[in-house]
Order: sequence, then structure tokens, then C-alpha cells
Amino acid sequence: MNTTMNAPATQAGTLDIRGLRLTLPGTARPVLDGVDLTVAPGETVSLVGESGSGKTLTSRSALCLLPPGAVTEGTVRVNGDDVLTADADRLRALRTGTVAMVFQDPRAALNPLRRIGDFLTEGVRATRTAARARATARATELLGAVGLDDTVLRKYPGQVSGGMLQRVMIAAALMGEPALLLADEPTTALDVTTQAEVVALLARLRERFATALLFVTHDLDLAAAISDRVYVMYAGRIAEHGPAKQLFEHPRHPYTAALLASTPRLERTGGRLSAIEGRPPGLSTALTGCAFAARCPLATEVCDERPPELRPVPGHPEHRAACHHSELLEGSADA
Amino acid sequence: MPEPTDVKVLEVSGLRRSFGAVRAVDDVSFAVPEGGSLGIVGESGSGKTTAARIIVGLERADAGEIRVRGRSRTPRVRGRAQRLARAREVQMVFQDPYLSLDPRTSVGAVLRETLRLHFPHIDHGRRVRELLDQVGLGSRAAEALPRRLSGGQRQRVAIARALAVEPAVLVLDEAVAALDVSVQAQILNLLADIRERTPIGYLFITHDLGVVRCVTDDVIVMRRGRVVEAGATADVLGGPRHPYTRLLMDSVPRPGWDPERIAAARRAL
Repeated sequence: MNTTMNAPATQAGTLDIRGLRLTLPGTARPVLDGVDLTVAPGETVSLVGESGSGKTLTSRSALCLLPPGAVTEGTVRVNGDDVLTADADRLRALRTGTVAMVFQDPRAALNPLRRIGDFLTEGVRATRTAARARATARATELLGAVGLDDTVLRKYPGQVSGGMLQRVMIAAALMGEPALLLADEPTTALDVTTQAEVVALLARLRERFATALLFVTHDLDLAAAISDRVYVMYAGRIAEHGPAKQLFEHPRHPYTAALLASTPRLERTGGRLSAIEGRPPGLSTALTGCAFAARCPLATEVCDERPPELRPVPGHPEHRAACHHSELLEGSADA
Repeated sequence: MPEPTDVKVLEVSGLRRSFGAVRAVDDVSFAVPEGGSLGIVGESGSGKTTAARIIVGLERADAGEIRVRGRSRTPRVRGRAQRLARAREVQMVFQDPYLSLDPRTSVGAVLRETLRLHFPHIDHGRRVRELLDQVGLGSRAAEALPRRLSGGQRQRVAIARALAVEPAVLVLDEAVAALDVSVQAQILNLLADIRERTPIGYLFITHDLGVVRCVTDDVIVMRRGRVVEAGATADVLGGPRHPYTRLLMDSVPRPGWDPERIAAARRAL
């Protein structure tokens, strides 16, 4: 039944978003403005940005979970199939099998009145005609993979801790053998030590099942620590993307650099943080140039006039930044 | 008044609180000097928020004493004037600026309400302008309703409201946790500015060790209601002695981070 899992990908990526533009009624600028993003099989990609940057919308587009009234341009392909034009049947197959999602707050995503076992098996039982026994066997196996035993099946969500519940959510996401796992701030509601455990688990599962993982987070350090590649979003556009290490050690977009500088760190001693003054542009103002220009220390006239395109960083074709003055950040580059 | 150099704005000793069989706060003691800043770090269930709520007066202690500027907060207060005076001593800023402000009350009205209650005889218009200025909001913000404001601006309003009564101690319970990093940095800098200009003491409840490093002089680490490590922030974070402190520090994501090892260490502890 689940043919997509092993189907030869016609595109390079499990997830391939091209030129995605999403407009909502009553706004002056698109919420997503020409987003390009790919996730290859078995790859971990982080999508980093602040509230309102469009990172959650971008990840949800892979499930065609769009806000009411949204008008889209561009394509979102999962294993080569365009999601945005898919009919109801294909969408259902996509949402129950090929793509799965782990949300930020596990308590908000589970029905507190139903047992965890029901929650784990209802999806496959509803769509696959898989017998209850087989579904339960698979649930038990996956609970084992996330470090829980089958006693959890009989429990209610209120009887287990937040960290355990998030592991249940991950097990549930894997029930349909997804090719792509979307994790939207899956550790934000958890303690740091629990976060480490959940991240370790995701990494282990990715290796075992070769799942492509799109990790949405506002935590740059977490993104740097766990991803192969990172995309930084600002005001609905990709500001910069590239291999995680390269991007964080040598940011080529002033926004990325400013975010890194404003993060409070253990190694930092005293003194003021370099805050980014102002705030991101709202949806009620149209953007003529670079979205970050108003807050950018490097901004000149050209930044207000036309939006910068994503250009490769010289010597690093994998690393691209959308900044007219990217080369001015070379000071932070390879010594 | 004792001399300002060694004044403790807040002294907590032997604080205890149980909920049924759970010892939420178990023999916790610490002090915050005038103009000082103390961080309480720990994970959910460590008792850090319960301790803060007891200090503010939102929760009762089973045992222990809290002194603000040398005065005990234990004796029952009688009458409105005394109750207001006690409320003025310690103020709190909560985590979620979207929940801590009344959506139908403008920023100016929020501040005027507090001022009218505590200082009925002063010129509120001037003080409101002063307060808004102090937290980096223009006078125009006074007219705005909370929904017109961003998360960072709302948190500035919450800070202004707390400062309005000139408290000795400001308790910040995960006050920057819900903010985006760029805005969080603005608020942390604002709090540092305020501390430079006033003798106020901060009690900073947080799970974020980076934030602790930035804004506190001293820190206590809590686990299951008990203080497992205490000392100057630079010393504790520079050379943690308790394995739990070390685990917390190792858990902070950074390049070369090994979540697998942390998970193992966590189970071993």
C-alpha cells in the first residue's frame, strides 16, 4: 500500500518546494514570498526564524495544511507529487502515510480522554484496513524504538510526562512509515535535558528509517547542533541557507549574524547583548526592497529599492545569502 | 535604613512547601543584595516557580522566612494600607505577555490603575510618561490596547507596571522565555539598564543558562525542590560542581553537541 516510501524519487528531494508564494486576504504583502527549499531522503534540514517569519506555514505546506483563503503560487512536491494540486484522496494518503508531523505541544495534540494506544493506532486502522492486532503490534514496536514499553498503550495522556508524551507523538508520526517527518518546534515545550533525549531519538530514527526530517525551530544553536543544512527565514523569504556549520561560523546575511549575536550564551561574559532594534515588518506594509533593510546596519539605498536574490557565496556554492552587501560580512569569513 | 552597601533587599531562609507527598520547595535559602540579581535555574518540577510564587505572596510557605529590606513577610498584615505596602515590596513579571495584560485596557490605563491604587495623591500623567520612557516605549503607546502591541512591547508594559510601585524586588518568572531572540535581547538589555539606575534587586527564574549568564550575579540550581548548587554565576557556570548542574550545561545545544551522551547521563543521574 505504502508505495511512495520506496518509490524512485523523480526529484532530488523528498520535499521540494519551488517558488512558493502564499497570499492571505487583507494583507499587503505575501506571507510566503518565493520560498525554495529541499530536503533529501535521510537528511535533517532546519528552518529557523522568529515568530511570523513563515517557517511554520512553509513546513505545513508539505501537508497542504494552509490557512483559509490562502492563495498559492509555485509548487510543493513530496516524492515528486505536487501537493498543492492534489485531490482529496491523494491528500489523505499523503497525510496519513507519506508525511507526518510532530507538533510543539504534545498535550494540545492528543485527546486527553482517550488512551494512548487508541491514539497510536487510529490512523492506520482508519486508512489501511490494518487489523487492530497488527496495528497494536506496530505501535508496540515503535514505542520500543522511542524508548517506551507497551504499558503506555493503556495509559491516558495525563498519566505520563511531557517528554514521554512527545516520544509518543514521534512514535505516532512513524506509524504510517513516513518518507518525510515535519517537526515544528518539537522540543520547545520540553526541558533542556528532555530536549536532548528527544533530539537523540529523532537522529536515531532518521538513521534507522532513512526519514527526511524538516525541523522547524527558533533556536539557532539547536539548529546548528542537529542539522545537515539550515534555512534562515525572515518576513516570508529565505534570507540565507547552507550547510549548518558553514552558515553559523560564517553567516553571510546580516540577519543571521545579528541573530547569532543577540543569543545569550554560556560562554559570553557580562556586558550588553547586541539586540536587533525594531521589529519584523508586519503584513500590512508592502515590501519594495529587502525585508530586513529597516533594521539592518549595512542597509543602503539599493536595499530599499529592490529585493536581493539568493546568490551563492564565493567559494561555497552550497551556501547562499540574499543580501546586496553580503561581501561586507566577509570579515567573519574563513581566515 | 541600614547603609546601602550590604543591604539585602531579599533574604529567604529555610523555605519549605509540600503539596501532598511532594516536597516542592525543600529548605531553600538565598539572598539578593541591593542592586543585585540572582538566578534560580532548574527544570520543570524543580520548585523554582513555587519558590517565586511564595516570595511574591501567591502561595503560602509551610515553613521558612522571607525578609524584604530586613522586614519579615511572615506576620499577617492588617488593613488595606499595610496590605498595599506589602504588595509594593515585591512585584512580578510573568512569562506570557499575552496573558498578563487585560485585552480591553489601554497601556496608560493599566499603569494609571496601579498608580491610583498605591499612590492616590501624585500626578499620574507625568508618572505614566516617566514609566513608559523608562521601559523604552513612547508616550503614544499609552493609548494603545495590548493587541496592537508586539510580544516585546507587551513585556515592556508588564515591566513598567511592576516598576510603577517602586518595588524592592522584581521577580521575573521566565519573563523572556516567550520572546524571539532579537526581542529577548532588547528586554534583557532594558532590565540591565534599569538595574544600573535603581537599587532594585532581581530574582530571575529561568531554565535558560545563557540568560542566567547574561543577567545574574549569583545563581542557585534547584532540583526536586532542593538547592543542589549555589554561588557566583561565573563560578557555577565556569566550574560546575554538582553533576546535575553539569548535565544542565551539557544539555545546551552547541556545535559538537552529543544528545545521545546527555540522554545517557540523564538516565544515570
